[in-house]
Amino acid sequence: MTLFAHELRTQQLMFWRNKESAVFIFVFPPMLFLLLGAVYDGDIDGVPAVDRLVVGILGYGCANTALAGLAITLVIRREGGILKRLRATPLPPQTYIAAVLASTLLVFLLQMAATVALGVVLYDAAGPESWVALVVVLLVGALAMAGLGVGLASLIRSAEGASAVVNLVVLPMAFLSGSFGSTDGYPAFLQAVSDVLPLTYLIDLVEDAYVRGQSPLDDLGAVAVVVAWGVVGLLVAVRRFSWAPRER
Amino acid sequence: MSAGPAIRVRGLRKAYDGVEAVRGIDFDVQPGEVFGLLGPNGAGKTTTVEILEGYRARDAGEVSVLGADPWRSSSAHRERIGVVLQHSELPPTLSVREVHRMFAGYFERPRPVDEVIELVGLADKADARVKTLSGGQKRRLDLGVALVGDPELVFLDEPTTGFDPSARRTAWDLVRALRSLGKTILLTTHYLDEAQQLADRVAVIREGELIRIGTPRELIAGAPEVEIRYREEGREVVLSTAEPTRVLAELTGRALAEGRELEALEVRRASLEDVYLDLVDEEPT
Repeated sequence: MTLFAHELRTQQLMFWRNKESAVFIFVFPPMLFLLLGAVYDGDIDGVPAVDRLVVGILGYGCANTALAGLAITLVIRREGGILKRLRATPLPPQTYIAAVLASTLLVFLLQMAATVALGVVLYDAAGPESWVALVVVLLVGALAMAGLGVGLASLIRSAEGASAVVNLVVLPMAFLSGSFGSTDGYPAFLQAVSDVLPLTYLIDLVEDAYVRGQSPLDDLGAVAVVVAWGVVGLLVAVRRFSWAPRER
Repeated sequence: MSAGPAIRVRGLRKAYDGVEAVRGIDFDVQPGEVFGLLGPNGAGKTTTVEILEGYRARDAGEVSVLGADPWRSSSAHRERIGVVLQHSELPPTLSVREVHRMFAGYFERPRPVDEVIELVGLADKADARVKTLSGGQKRRLDLGVALVGDPELVFLDEPTTGFDPSARRTAWDLVRALRSLGKTILLTTHYLDEAQQLADRVAVIREGELIRIGTPRELIAGAPEVEIRYREEGREVVLSTAEPTRVLAELTGRALAEGRELEALEVRRASLEDVYLDLVDEEPT
């Protein structure tokens, strides 16, 4: 436990010390929310626009932090040889992975609180109907996204390309899943893509919890899709993850 | 602790995609010894060291590091070893002290962080961020991080490759300091002078085979002592001999009798460098 606490502290120190990535991962989604909140008014899909935007941005933030941020961080550490170096120390790999995940979840929880607070304070958002359901849904979502993040990191070959590849996946997914507004007006083929993306279902679950106070247990189908994507990511990672740089 | 050698290697083999990088090598490293693995690039040094560090599985042979099989090593085993990799970065935004603290936290009985920073000569850089360090300072940081767990055995994979001469001398002093602390050290290098300066014993590897092993002095024993070079009809002739007086007398006698000059005549002692280059250049039989 002390080893875990030590590593979690180290992960947090590294995260906040790296200003560029802290801005991209932590500040960027709430910033998008501020911009979108200034543009939209009225209703989106029958929900007050600002609350629907909080919901969408929480979904995007989840993918941005746990999928994009985690994947980029892991690739950079792997290619720089930091992961390989750690493997030669007594730190058990499972402790390291647990600390990295915990650190990611911590950052995301803070971001979630900041996004909700901005909505409530600046744009008169209603705030979540059920905090418990919201936090549970987002933690499950973040773990699934982290699974995809580790899987994606296993497929990326170079640190230089990591950010580009990851955003090529995450930004279109966020757009198609309705992170930045309703997808009702999208052409049918885009909606068909949207219907298989994990973020679409995560945003549905977040909306149920935030707007209607519904437990994720009321929509186990959506939970299953989100979790299944996380498992796919983990399976890729189990087959392809490497601690050492991809030189050889 | 375990009696017997710190490292024991017998019949070690490793191939990548059918190409044998290491073809059956044997050696022992005794506790407290500085042992050098010397050879040109691609000779199999790093493959051997990475197997001993526990990064790679072997295809065949026996390997024991501090009494354990490194491929199945436990956290307890890794408490006892320190590793300096050929290429590895450390978190660029942390300070020298923070990186040492980070690694110290992984060990049960670390050395005091500031003592290690002092030992590797980074005391005035303790609060500097890793990204602001020079190449040589980063290498010292690698070493400090490898020492912070107070290991019995330290692996140094090409610790001075790419260094300028003064940085190399500093690194050598560091290795000597480690040795005086009683550490067992396995270092790889492709510089003969480095092996000579630092190692108690040296193993020369070429194309995955161990072609010579001994003290730096023994390495050159039996080698021809003097080299005579001259040019004849535009071709360079090189004679290596242990009897330079007789050979020279014959050569000059013949040349005088024929009334010609021995062009570009040169007589010199073969240096260690020559012996080493001869060793690693020989065509494998």
